[in-house]
Amino acid sequence: MDFKYTEEQLALQDTLRRFVARDYGFDQRRALAGSPLGYSADAWRRYAELGLLALPFPEAFGGLGGGGIDIMAVMEIVGRGLLLEPYLSTVVLGGGLIRDAAAGALKAVLLPGIAAGTVRLALAAYESAGRYDLAHVACRAVPDGDGWRLSGRKHVVLDAPSAEYLLVSARSGGDVADAEGISLFLVPRDAAGLAIVAYPTQSGGRAADVDLLEVRIGRDSLIGAPGQSLGIIERAVDRGMAALCAEALGIVAALNEATLDYLKARKQFGVPIGSFQALQHRMAEMFIAAEQLRSMAILAAVHADSRDARERRRAVSGAKAYIGQAARFVGQQAVQLHGAMGVVDGLIVSHYFKRLTMIDMTFGDADFHLARFSDSGV
Amino acid sequence: MDLTFTADEEAFRADVRRFIDAELPADIRAKMRLGRRFRKDDLVRWQQILHRQGWGAGMWPKRFGGAGWSVVQQHIFEEERAAAGAPPQLAFSLRMVAPVLMAFGNAAQQEYFLPRIISGEDWWCQGYSEPGSGSDLASLRTSAVRQGDHYLVDGQKTWNTLGQYADWIFCLVRTAAEGRAQQGISFLLIDMKSPGITVRPIITSDGEHEINEIWFDNVQVPVQNLVGEENRGWTYAKFLLGHERTNNAGIGLCKRALAKLKEIAATQVANGRPLLEDQRFRDRIAQVELELMALEITNLRVLSASATAGRDIGPEVSVLKITGSEIIQRIAELTMHALGHDALPYLHEALELEWEAGTLLAEHYPAYAPPLTGQYFNLRKTTIYAGSTEIQKNIISKLILGL
Repeated sequence: MDFKYTEEQLALQDTLRRFVARDYGFDQRRALAGSPLGYSADAWRRYAELGLLALPFPEAFGGLGGGGIDIMAVMEIVGRGLLLEPYLSTVVLGGGLIRDAAAGALKAVLLPGIAAGTVRLALAAYESAGRYDLAHVACRAVPDGDGWRLSGRKHVVLDAPSAEYLLVSARSGGDVADAEGISLFLVPRDAAGLAIVAYPTQSGGRAADVDLLEVRIGRDSLIGAPGQSLGIIERAVDRGMAALCAEALGIVAALNEATLDYLKARKQFGVPIGSFQALQHRMAEMFIAAEQLRSMAILAAVHADSRDARERRRAVSGAKAYIGQAARFVGQQAVQLHGAMGVVDGLIVSHYFKRLTMIDMTFGDADFHLARFSDSGV
Repeated sequence: MDLTFTADEEAFRADVRRFIDAELPADIRAKMRLGRRFRKDDLVRWQQILHRQGWGAGMWPKRFGGAGWSVVQQHIFEEERAAAGAPPQLAFSLRMVAPVLMAFGNAAQQEYFLPRIISGEDWWCQGYSEPGSGSDLASLRTSAVRQGDHYLVDGQKTWNTLGQYADWIFCLVRTAAEGRAQQGISFLLIDMKSPGITVRPIITSDGEHEINEIWFDNVQVPVQNLVGEENRGWTYAKFLLGHERTNNAGIGLCKRALAKLKEIAATQVANGRPLLEDQRFRDRIAQVELELMALEITNLRVLSASATAGRDIGPEVSVLKITGSEIIQRIAELTMHALGHDALPYLHEALELEWEAGTLLAEHYPAYAPPLTGQYFNLRKTTIYAGSTEIQKNIISKLILGL
């Protein structure tokens, strides 16, 4: 039983934190969010140098062999700095899927590419009619000569505009919501027949709708066994949710610090507003929420790699539900305690709040995951 | 970061489970299972059984006769104890007065009192609150005036828990009227058999006798029963509250109550189906279960941080107290709601172990029903006692947040 980060994890956090302080200030971030790319190519190179992009991969493929807690340590600072780079999409989701399920030859190409910062991935697994259900796959995969032909649509694919490859779930068998029959394919973003409609997200990142029309890909583009990929996709998304929980944790900590500073600095009626008991108690509740939220983020990180799907689901869905609620509380109250300053674009508070809110809306909100937790055997 | 237990800790867990399974008397087990009324003898017997095993005070250091368990071992013991349905040990003796004696008492006090506590021979109660001093405890007025080798104690304490059973009471008394209110308080140990003490029951909303008011009328207390220095009692009191609140996270209690709630919800029928299959009800259980999952880890984080740093737990214990007290209330509320109409009957005699439902009643009124509504009413106390939720938030805002 141990609740401390290792020396290495703390050092990594410290390095990343210093990078944020020096090169990723509020104004710089706003400029990046409004730039064509939507994030910093320099920062991405820096992450590669620091080894962040190689973190969860096996050493045999140039990785650092890190686990869920290492990702948690990084994502906490990603949250604190409101970093825009496609770390979750490329390293945690895409990289994790390649590591878990791709053939050796493909791994040998892609994992070092990710680690070097030259390959970015996006997971195209959700369809609008399926809402948060990963098994709802109408996109079709049909055998075609030596390879496959994909047709269908994926919506709100995070970080698709900058990705070199999309990981697309498509149905090679079964009915639209069946768990069986789902396959996973690696599709170059510039493949003929693949069109994307890109847009910014509410929290400053990029996403896209993806239309696949008779997209031809080779046999070696299949990741994992045909028709059997739902399990690996769910596991990857569970890891992604654990990472989002850690990101939320970093944001909540930063937001609480900002709010506390404001309560001490802002004067009304001749005294700091933090001298009012109504506000003190609210702040105490936000502090409690942050502590409880940290505990749930730890729980999710520890179980995120588990192969026991039920245990993993209870921990990760439980954490996603809890953190969705707790982060909503902290975010809304931070805005409230900042008064009108909480609703302006020119202060970081509203950006923290928006990112927390979008984290809740990503991969299933608190209600969705509470139901999943509740149904999994309360 | 690692949430697993070591092989040694798992072996310890197995030992605890085996021991409780073999040694917990059947009548006590049944009372716990059915939520029936406890008597002094039940708790004393259980304390004696634990003491014979060397587990009378797991949390005490070995040099005071305790088992010297690590924070994790204490957690495991509490978890297993609660899961098995063994009663909790008396906090006033083991977790409140004893740590104060260890930290601030003299050798004579330690040698006399501690062995009697661990063996179950002495039952301790607490004399803190007064009619005019609740959350503002430092305003207390019960006075102790030094006369030769005695103090003469006069005044009234209230909200005293289980003092009707007590051999001793530890009291905060005023020994000086000058200066700040906190500076004139002393910590006295008083024999409950002393002439001039009157104990009067206060019946709580569940109809039970758990708390008392205690009157002191010229009660003679030998000066050797002063703990530490005169007028330094407030420091000791705060130290004690820190220990008290740790326990108030009540993880073991909450886990057992949650398991019982699920069991009851699986038994109760709504619309021809087990209530547990009613999504709306089940989601409410899920919601409180999540809060408890988080608190269990928060509790371990706080305990292990203080163990690692070799210090007592600080104001972060307020987080545990606030959250734990709210969780047990929510579980109690859901458990009462699970009963439906069977929450309404008030049957005072049904809290006795021998009670069985008679005709008609037996057709619908399950054996687990009698205590549940009363427990809901009774447990409203948890966010009030040991520093109310509002006081805890004051502590967090002042001592942690610096507001």
